[in-house]
Amino acid sequence: MNKVIEGIAYVLGDDVDTDQIIPAEHLVYSLSDPEERKNYGKFALSGVPAEKAGLPKGNTLFTENGQSDSKYSIIIGGRNFGCGSSREHAPACMEIAGVRAVIAESYARIFYRNSVDGGFFIPFESVARMVEEIKTGDTLVIDLNASTLTNSSSDKIYELKSLGEVIEIIEAGNIFEYARKKGMIPSV
Amino acid sequence: MGMTITEKILAAHACKESVRPGDNIWVDVDVLMTHDVCGPGTFAIFKKQFGENAKVWDRDKVVIIPDHFIFTKDTHANRNIDILRQFVKEQSLPHYFDVGTDRYKGVCHLALAQEGFNRPGEVLFGTDSHTSTSGAFGMFSTGIGNTDAAFILGTGKLWVKVPESMCFEFTGKFPEHVMAKDVILNVIGDIGVDGATYRAMEWRGDAIMSLSMEERMTLCNMAIEAGGKNGIIEADDVTMDYVRQRTDAPYKIYKSDDDAGYFFKKTYNASEMEPIVAKPHSPDNKAKVSDCVDVRLDRAYIGSCTGGKLTDFIAAARLLKGKKVKIDTFIVPATREVEQDLHKEKIGNETLVDIFKNAGAYLGDPSCAACLGGPKDTFGRAADNQVVVSTTNRNFPGRMGSKQSHVYLASPYTAAASALTGHITNPAEFIYN
Repeated sequence: MNKVIEGIAYVLGDDVDTDQIIPAEHLVYSLSDPEERKNYGKFALSGVPAEKAGLPKGNTLFTENGQSDSKYSIIIGGRNFGCGSSREHAPACMEIAGVRAVIAESYARIFYRNSVDGGFFIPFESVARMVEEIKTGDTLVIDLNASTLTNSSSDKIYELKSLGEVIEIIEAGNIFEYARKKGMIPSV
Repeated sequence: MGMTITEKILAAHACKESVRPGDNIWVDVDVLMTHDVCGPGTFAIFKKQFGENAKVWDRDKVVIIPDHFIFTKDTHANRNIDILRQFVKEQSLPHYFDVGTDRYKGVCHLALAQEGFNRPGEVLFGTDSHTSTSGAFGMFSTGIGNTDAAFILGTGKLWVKVPESMCFEFTGKFPEHVMAKDVILNVIGDIGVDGATYRAMEWRGDAIMSLSMEERMTLCNMAIEAGGKNGIIEADDVTMDYVRQRTDAPYKIYKSDDDAGYFFKKTYNASEMEPIVAKPHSPDNKAKVSDCVDVRLDRAYIGSCTGGKLTDFIAAARLLKGKKVKIDTFIVPATREVEQDLHKEKIGNETLVDIFKNAGAYLGDPSCAACLGGPKDTFGRAADNQVVVSTTNRNFPGRMGSKQSHVYLASPYTAAASALTGHITNPAEFIYN
């Protein structure tokens, strides 16, 4: 596991639901076909209302029209990130677009679990609220050893909560690798 | 200290004497349900992790109910149904309810109940957040993603953090014009969309136990809209009557101990409940119907796992009988069984189907339909900046198909009353006159 994650911030607000992360009409593409799955990157976060897309200014596309990669690899969110449906397409579409970490004040349970068990990215929780301070486009550095987030654009440092008991699954990569380490399931 | 129903069921499925909230345990799974949106992804992960020729842990415990994107020309959506068929064939799975056949059911959460897969005391996981619905049968049920579902397919187990329980007690008698939907919207408004995150929502009290299974399902269905892990109601005679008509399988009834620990307890007086809507764009944006009568509507939608059951349509038909709707009104039975019942159930001499047709409503085929927007050709899908009153469960931005639309969540009574006037309307005006 990388001990430092560096990337450009894309900032969202509270209660970002999974219909905003990936609208249901797009849940039809294959997640395993290497070409078809790129559609998920293309439509990642496409349901976020324009005024809330990339705070504080809004009206900032997460992926440019027609592109499946985003230049933003760290998502900053508020409370209850990922609420709503159980669709694993939500963390998957963000990973496909290039997201490597989400840092939010709190998460909806299924989204958090999917992110960890599927090994899409690390869902960090922040101690303080950041969505009014960090701006979309800021350069951020996450230090896993120190449990901190540094905003290189403002030189401000934020404390991250401990990953707690899920750290073992995150370090293993996903729930399958974790279960293999524990001898619960055989290697393929 | 004693245990809650949720704790007792989880302990029994982890082969433990007792568990406490916060414990991480591995539980044995009784039923895994998946559908057309999450089945294909689940099967791909299962094959990748357990091998191309791996077999599921127990054929009899896997239930596959296509229901989301069914009546559409979308080629990707139709391809996904073919993937379900292929997997069912490879694995010889008995519990598959194929599209275009007599076995097709419709919305998975009601189909699980109607086909006898909801049994008190069991543990059921589904690749759909509204899997919490099954908790109405005194069982533990919750939604999971493709990865966890694939893990269950291969092992029959899943890790669970034992949730703290919250107790919502309703005593007395609900007014005639108040439905379970009003009750759950009221509670979500009280505690917020993350008010029950990671927690069990347990419903108790004589007012709750006076409700039909359908109404109890509505309460548990929307636990997820408060962030809840599961909703649960102790099984009683009403539950057993429903279950015994649909399955001979054994079940076990668990009851919460008197000294069980709860994170939160609140007692409501049922007689004080009123019709409630959730205003755009969040299920906790609570308002009394009587405070929203100025809201002009473009359409009404009555359907989904939340508001498309027979009791929901009996309520709507009671108000629509002999009248004409003023706005486009969409009727979508959750399942084939409900659809068939609309042809049998009568108010006076008129079947529900005739009541809806004569009122000028449009009838759709059983599926999730426009509850979650879906492909462009989905029946009832919201367009442009329409204002919709809907018996569904979510009014997130764009949820019903258009980012510009405004959705008011309401009970079937309120939706029907509003369809007759063209603005948000208190059903009491029709019920008591």
